[in-house]
Amino acid sequence: MSAAIEFRRVSFATGRGQPLLDEISFAVEEGTTTVVLGRSGSGKTTLLRTVNRMVEPTGGEVLLKGKSVRGADPIALRRSIGYVIQETGLFPHMTAERNVGLVLEAKGMEDRERELRSQDLLSAVGLEARTFGGRYPHQLSGGQRQRVGLARALAADAQVLLMDEPFGALDPLTRAEMQDLLKHLLGRMRKTVLLVTHDLDEALYLGDRIVLLSEGRLAAELGPEEFLQSEEPELAAYVHAFHRGEVSAAEVKRA
Amino acid sequence: MSGFLEQYGGEIAELTVEHLWLTGAAMLFATAIAVPAGVWLTRRPRWAKPVIGAANVLQTIPSLAMFGFLLPLPWLGERAARVAIVALTAYALLPILRNTYAGIQGIDPNLLSVARALGLTDAQRFFKVELPLAGSFILAGLRTATVTCVGIATIAAAVGAGGLGELIFRGVASIDNELILAGAIPAALLALACDGALGLAEWWFRVPGRDPA
Repeated sequence: MSAAIEFRRVSFATGRGQPLLDEISFAVEEGTTTVVLGRSGSGKTTLLRTVNRMVEPTGGEVLLKGKSVRGADPIALRRSIGYVIQETGLFPHMTAERNVGLVLEAKGMEDRERELRSQDLLSAVGLEARTFGGRYPHQLSGGQRQRVGLARALAADAQVLLMDEPFGALDPLTRAEMQDLLKHLLGRMRKTVLLVTHDLDEALYLGDRIVLLSEGRLAAELGPEEFLQSEEPELAAYVHAFHRGEVSAAEVKRA
Repeated sequence: MSGFLEQYGGEIAELTVEHLWLTGAAMLFATAIAVPAGVWLTRRPRWAKPVIGAANVLQTIPSLAMFGFLLPLPWLGERAARVAIVALTAYALLPILRNTYAGIQGIDPNLLSVARALGLTDAQRFFKVELPLAGSFILAGLRTATVTCVGIATIAAAVGAGGLGELIFRGVASIDNELILAGAIPAALLALACDGALGLAEWWFRVPGRDPA
């Protein structure tokens, strides 16, 4: 296996010199999912955005399939990478179908071909194209919107998907459904995924590897099992924070 | 009444067409200037305040004075219609400029960031995302400008540019209320019709969740 995405000592500082990323290095193997975990403001989103050159690192480099993205044409690069963010990412003036096909439209694909492809993608994410294709985002539920967003990311046949808290705005049950859907799709399609979240459960469920960012530094990079068993204080604190409910419920029972 | 219409009907129709032509030409010029300028301001927000402020100052010049100022200018002053169109254009700038700027500036920055992340070029982002999302705002500005200009265009008759104001000025000069109404009523109806038509267009281009200011 080779690295589909590799970060080599990637740093980023704002114009005022405030460091947001500090020499981050790790690799994402082809066909695997790496979850970037961390608090708000830990630099997760910034790191994700260095891959499609939405953010230019101030130090180090990002490699896609061994080639630095610095030399790539940003438009072509972005079209070749799927991108999903929280539900705000759909264009309110476009139907679900047009949202899905927008990248293809931008590339100049013929209308008929694009419509067929969009419809296929909508079915792939569990939305009947005949019912939902013509609907506008405000006529869809949060979960349905997120499905459309996922279909859009898959439209360009991207090998790499960047997902920035894709399910963050959903209720826990819908979120679980979406996680199942994503897992199912990834199992079939062999995409390389970089997913940002602050939800440990999501990280453990979806991630082949978990990267923990803390104040712009890479605090850990390990598998889900190791993460749970780690005694490293920072990781243990994370695990504890997520299992508090369980622990306190157990205590109530005991008392 | 019917005798009145018989006497003035033809003239009213002619002057209405003239009125529409003055206003329409001014709206075309104003749109051609103010929409690109408004878009440009969203790229250079630092200029927004002074430029919109300048358009605002134009707006405060009394219309009769504006026509008067323009009349002695070379080329412009040769034809009254030129003076009228330039003055009306000046009045129409502000609402269109302001709404274009506000309409684009108010777009959720997340959406623009997504458009970029999906690999849309700058031009695609503008035509596929920004313009459609700001469309109803721009039309709302156009509507305000048109209604204002239909009203102001009646004053253009004072410098001999024609339009429905001619009947009003003649009526005032000869203390003839019927004649005043013969100009005023069609002018009011014209303003209402423009308001209705552009309101419809605005409604057509609205985007759910984004209401014109």
